[in-house]
Amino acid sequence: MPPDSGPADHASPAKHASYEGSDLLRIEEQLTPEERLVRDTARAFAAERAAPHIADWFEAGTLPRELAPELGKLGMLGMHLTGYGCAGLGAVAYGIACRELEACDSGLRSLVSVQGSLAMYPIWRYGSEEQKQEWLPRMAAGEAIGCFGLTEPDQGSDPGNMRTKAIPNGAGWTLSGTKMWITNGSIADIAVIWATTEQGIRGFLVPRTARGFTARNIHKKLSLRASVTSELHFDDVHLPADAVLPGVTGLKGPLSCLTEARFGITWGATGAARTCFEAAAEYSRTREQFGRPIGGFQLTQSKLAWMLADLTKAQLLALHLGRLKEAGKITATQVSLGKMANVRTAIDIARQARTILGANGVTLEYPVIRHAANLESVLTYEGTEEIHVLALGQAITGLSAYR
Amino acid sequence: MPASDALFDRLKVPSRRERRDESNRMQGGRPPAMNIVVCVKQVPDTAVERKLKPDDSTLDRESLDGVINELDEYAIEEALLIAEAHGGEVTILSMGPQKAAESIRKALSMGCDKAVHLLDDGLAGSDALQTSYAIAQVLTRIGFDLVILGAESTDARTGLLAAMLSERLGVPQLSLASKVEIDAPAIRIHRQADYGYDKVEAALPAVLSVVEKINEPRYPSFKGIMAAKKKPVETLSLAEAGIDPSQVGLAGAYTEVVSFAQRPPRQAGTIVKDEGDGGAKAAEFLAAQKFI
Repeated sequence: MPPDSGPADHASPAKHASYEGSDLLRIEEQLTPEERLVRDTARAFAAERAAPHIADWFEAGTLPRELAPELGKLGMLGMHLTGYGCAGLGAVAYGIACRELEACDSGLRSLVSVQGSLAMYPIWRYGSEEQKQEWLPRMAAGEAIGCFGLTEPDQGSDPGNMRTKAIPNGAGWTLSGTKMWITNGSIADIAVIWATTEQGIRGFLVPRTARGFTARNIHKKLSLRASVTSELHFDDVHLPADAVLPGVTGLKGPLSCLTEARFGITWGATGAARTCFEAAAEYSRTREQFGRPIGGFQLTQSKLAWMLADLTKAQLLALHLGRLKEAGKITATQVSLGKMANVRTAIDIARQARTILGANGVTLEYPVIRHAANLESVLTYEGTEEIHVLALGQAITGLSAYR
Repeated sequence: MPASDALFDRLKVPSRRERRDESNRMQGGRPPAMNIVVCVKQVPDTAVERKLKPDDSTLDRESLDGVINELDEYAIEEALLIAEAHGGEVTILSMGPQKAAESIRKALSMGCDKAVHLLDDGLAGSDALQTSYAIAQVLTRIGFDLVILGAESTDARTGLLAAMLSERLGVPQLSLASKVEIDAPAIRIHRQADYGYDKVEAALPAVLSVVEKINEPRYPSFKGIMAAKKKPVETLSLAEAGIDPSQVGLAGAYTEVVSFAQRPPRQAGTIVKDEGDGGAKAAEFLAAQKFI
């Protein structure tokens, strides 16, 4: 992103410095040298390894599994965890990596979020030492893929009413039930499955090879197409006693994982929005109608100005949440605000960008419709916009509107 | 001012043979672990407009984002590949202002082991000859089996440093390498040329310059980025490096920028209309510009 052209331009009152980036407020200068290196590595990987193919992957409805070891080699899987082969990045660096991956595609970021925040995080935080040793190094390297099973066909926003059950069976457990909308489900080597037990909700590590565990891909989706989404069935799956995550009982287990992932989404959404804004701004400078660039029309300028203002606010919000998280002060309500506000901002920017591109805005030749479609999933996964609104509503009024 | 032989003579460095004997003695006859030094220069990002300062005709580095000189990234990658294959330690040596610390950090993030930052206001404005003197002094002080450089920098583009260093250090120069093979103490390269390549062989210690064909530089991994924070960076002043202050800096430079002018604004492009013969027309245009 080129900065303003320099002091000489500011000295000239007749003219505003030309600006072709998406960081008018120079927010990137707030980043530490490590954070900038993380940004550059993630951006270069996305640009060179994923961007040339992403439209094809989206159209074909695939995301190559071979990306996982490449992401692992760069340290992107479980990047914010420490030990067990994980890089141990700070919260802002983790957010920036999510942003740069999602600037390419939300499906790419989802792969990394699910692996790191939803599958590795519960093992890292609530697992036994044996469970950590067995799974985390391979997952960090991308040799083993993980998934996270909380949502069910009939339980989305209300996971406390889940039907998946784990019943003690001799020395072990018998798991039965169905999980739905599971990212990475059919390619996972290890599934972190949340089930009700007599003690409350507990997490179980279910290997792909467990008898009675089947996964089926969900087809015909028109969003997050460059991502594997599956339905998982557990038909009286027998698990050993040490399959349970010993460190947590209750809904706070899975919800703490979601708070981690939502933090990443707060950042990731700014990446998708940035790509849409930049595509629209570039298009407006080159597309001519009525004999001049459409960027010269007031309606287009109004759209672009508001898009940049909203994007800038989203970037500042993400950075501020990141610094709060690094200081150990972040709360789930703050993350709800971030996820709610930034995904809404991103989807609005994507839709606005699409109007500037006209018919080109709906083809995969440009990134905009892909992001707009992806963000429809991001809007409702990991806590729907409505649930985050209600969480904030409860925080503001002290009154719960939903339970 | 012409380069003076006396300047070269002032540098007393051990001969190649003395160095090798010393190295073998230190290692007790075992194949020595290679001590590889990569010279890294921070340059202004080539993606933005670069300007010379009107008062002293030196490059305005302060106002520009600094990046590792592109060819130096290939030098770093080659050093890491050699160290991975043969064992050894990779040291980054960079001469530059405080800002160069960022580029040093990136090099360490890529996997290099440690760094030396030659940092002194007295170095500002040094030309190639002075720079080679300063860097040779540091190299002599820290020791090396192999020094690797990018074949030229994107700012000054003299491409002289490798040759000057090998002369000052009294070791062979292997220049413009597109392929390197180490068979200690022998080092063999393919030297890139217009007509193909030359096969060149020398004995270590040596100075090696590389071209972009040689490899594909890695990105710093996240683990590498975190590990770099703990890697040692030694900062040396002129006095600490044993550099004579009168031999470096703008005032005593052997070359001088007499005048400069802004690049003229870019001319409007040529639009080739494709009427079935677009390819041929584009080729004609490129041939006329001597690009093909």
